[in-house]
Amino acid sequence: MAELKHRNQCRIVGIEKAFGPNRVLRGIDLAIPGGQITVLMGANGAGKSTLVKILCGVHTADAGHIELSDEPFVPTSPAHAIEAGVVTVHQSINDGVIPDLDVSSNLMLDGLNAPGAGFFIREAGLRKNARRIASTMGFDIDVRAPVADLGVAERQLIAIARAMAKEPKVLILDEPTSSLSAAEAERLFRLLDNLRETGVAILYISHRMSDIRRIADRIVSMRDGQITGTFEDAPLDYEGAVTAMLGHAMTQVDINVPERGEPVLVLDQVQLSAQAAPMSLTVHRNEVVAITGLLGSGKTQLASVLFGIAQPHAGTIKLDGETYQPASPEDAIRTGVFLCPKDRASNGLVPDFDIAQNMSLPFLKRHSPLSFLNGGSERRTAKRMIDQLGVVCQSSEDEIGTLSGGNQQKVMVGRWMAEACRLLVLDEPFQGVDIRARRDIGRTIRATASKRATIVFVAELDEALEIADRIVVMSEETIVGEHRNDDVDLNTILAQVSGATSASASPDRH
Amino acid sequence: MTTDTRPSDSGTTRPLPPSMDRGQMLMSLGIRYGFLCLLLGLIVFFSLTTNGFAGARSAVFVFQSVAITGILALGVTCTLVVGGFDLSIGSVATSALMLSAYVMVVMEQSAFVAVLACLVMGALVGFINGLLIVKMRVPDLLATLGMMFLLIGLQRIPTEGRSISAGMTLPGGETAEGTFSNAFLWLGRHRFDFVLEDLIPVPVVVFLIVGVLVWVFLELTRHGRLMYAIGSNERATALAGTNVNRYKIAAYMISGVLASIGGILLAARLGRGDIASGNNLLLDSVAAALIGFAVLGAAKPNAFGTAIGALFVGILLQGLTMMNAPYYTQDFVKGAVLVVALVFTFALSARKRGGGH
Repeated sequence: MAELKHRNQCRIVGIEKAFGPNRVLRGIDLAIPGGQITVLMGANGAGKSTLVKILCGVHTADAGHIELSDEPFVPTSPAHAIEAGVVTVHQSINDGVIPDLDVSSNLMLDGLNAPGAGFFIREAGLRKNARRIASTMGFDIDVRAPVADLGVAERQLIAIARAMAKEPKVLILDEPTSSLSAAEAERLFRLLDNLRETGVAILYISHRMSDIRRIADRIVSMRDGQITGTFEDAPLDYEGAVTAMLGHAMTQVDINVPERGEPVLVLDQVQLSAQAAPMSLTVHRNEVVAITGLLGSGKTQLASVLFGIAQPHAGTIKLDGETYQPASPEDAIRTGVFLCPKDRASNGLVPDFDIAQNMSLPFLKRHSPLSFLNGGSERRTAKRMIDQLGVVCQSSEDEIGTLSGGNQQKVMVGRWMAEACRLLVLDEPFQGVDIRARRDIGRTIRATASKRATIVFVAELDEALEIADRIVVMSEETIVGEHRNDDVDLNTILAQVSGATSASASPDRH
Repeated sequence: MTTDTRPSDSGTTRPLPPSMDRGQMLMSLGIRYGFLCLLLGLIVFFSLTTNGFAGARSAVFVFQSVAITGILALGVTCTLVVGGFDLSIGSVATSALMLSAYVMVVMEQSAFVAVLACLVMGALVGFINGLLIVKMRVPDLLATLGMMFLLIGLQRIPTEGRSISAGMTLPGGETAEGTFSNAFLWLGRHRFDFVLEDLIPVPVVVFLIVGVLVWVFLELTRHGRLMYAIGSNERATALAGTNVNRYKIAAYMISGVLASIGGILLAARLGRGDIASGNNLLLDSVAAALIGFAVLGAAKPNAFGTAIGALFVGILLQGLTMMNAPYYTQDFVKGAVLVVALVFTFALSARKRGGGH
């Protein structure tokens, strides 16, 4: 067994990778021993996906090397990586299956490409092999069913089964349970237990603490392209791993929590989904509330509910004392609730427009008496926001694509701060933004907060500490903690973020 | 000619950033004005080499030859702006041609009723196209392709596939009593006096008016701006509180109405419901709209460019005809112009954008 483990050892030494000026990986040293499950944790943008892509041959590293079973391993293409025994199950399910083919063809797809595969397909043989693979996984399914008819969870299991069929030395699973139910996840975990026994080195990428508690032998935390912590002594230090992943270098920004005004937004016993525990929250005028939590903790659903994109499962929401039930973003904006969405490239920027046109988009009515656009009024507003946020540009007529990420984000935030509102919701306003732009945006949000209520959704704890008067922690689609941001106990917050205290309140996966 | 002196589109003419060096500056100028220079060059060339190209009558002839295509092209421009496409415009136009003839000749109604029926038909087809795309989630090309086939078939059913003209024998055996009224024929055949007597035909005037209206709508109003935003990033525009579906449906309705106007003018010019007319309308108008991308380096659908694109093709064909080029080379010439314009738009503009970073 010891020999077996050694044979499948994968070692990553000094891997670096940059995309343009953006250094995504800054010297990663990581061992993935055979016969163990190594969990890799990291927030968005920590570089996990890039590392996986280097391992499976999509990207090539700028520096450093990889050893596989003590042999140098330089993956040049995904096919080459698979041949060498490094098999990856990607997060996006549809990368792993072909919906129009049936289950057996999907399971045997790689066999069709193998050298020596005949010209004609032998259906019977194909099905026999597929049934064998499915049964070794304890996977009860009609191999003739088209994948298009299957649910998300079954597709995910097929993608994983396909990976298993290649008899990997190193198996990489990128967030494999994100679409699985508890029972299906447990089936996957049992399978991983078996696989561990055979000596495969498994790298398991996940945010879900319940999964990590169930299967991790070792935890490696990543942050900003570096390994920030390795935990391998039993019992594993889960909170330490979360701390290493989120970082808690105390911020230089001092927050003076001001006197808060009357309540603006009141959530009463709101349930985001049928399974979620009800939550209540009150946000006041002249108050900035940061809502933090890991991926999948329900932050995005809450933002969608507040902006009329989704409806809550149960509970009431009141805005300034009146029932608030927006049917659409249009409706929400009319009521005075603005949302600056996360992921500006797909949800915010209009690439064909200049800065002023991008900023004025939601409020064109103000700039167009009788529907005719008044360019001067648009540019004056844009100029005001450019000055207020310190957007680095030549004029308000610069194309949006010529700006850096931080300045683009300032334009997006400026878009929603150009008009007065009752509640401003900012979803990940610091995403892909350098430290200076982050400070500028944070300062402006706080400086203008007196006449409205403000909610900021952030995954990174530093960012919450830097901007909020109050920090609210979400986990498993509900609120699990609230902290006034003057003397916070970081350990409590981290415990709540990692779901340690909510374990009693919400059923764990078992 | 108001189209030539119109101020250029506000979205594309702005001072060049000072950081550009000479080469980039030339390239930028070339992308912006290259196509217009080419157009000017063509006009000068044809004026010098042929007899009678330079002159008011010849210019009007060019305008007349592109007026109907141009109106349809302005409609398809609106759907291109919202990131869609309308393949049904040609068949909407021929349906309007048949419908107006049917209303007047068979149903013996007035010109007013015929025009109204066509406009309502165009709006309805556009509305259905929009619903198919927005509500049923059918991809735009497929939805409008289906609508195109449907209309080509539909317009033949009432007359069992025959053309409609005054005094024709109806499927039932009796003779049609109605005629094309003079008021209707006026739409296609009247010429206004302008400097010279009987110079400018009604379709040209309609083309110019529609051109100005669509340009104003797309460039100067809030609604046009939002339509461009939808075409550039639909999700972001929806999250900015825009009712994206309503604007998309509106774009297809504009396209349908403009196509039916084209059909009415065609019917008025022909004076009969000719089942075989208008075969080239779809391809010619789509070509004009795509050539329009290259005008002023816009690299996006725009009304001014579309009008210039239509004129460009008209001038080229008129000039070549006067130089005795055979008629069967026309489609080849149009295709060549389209390919050159697309290279202008995509290859050169992409390089400019790439260099701008």
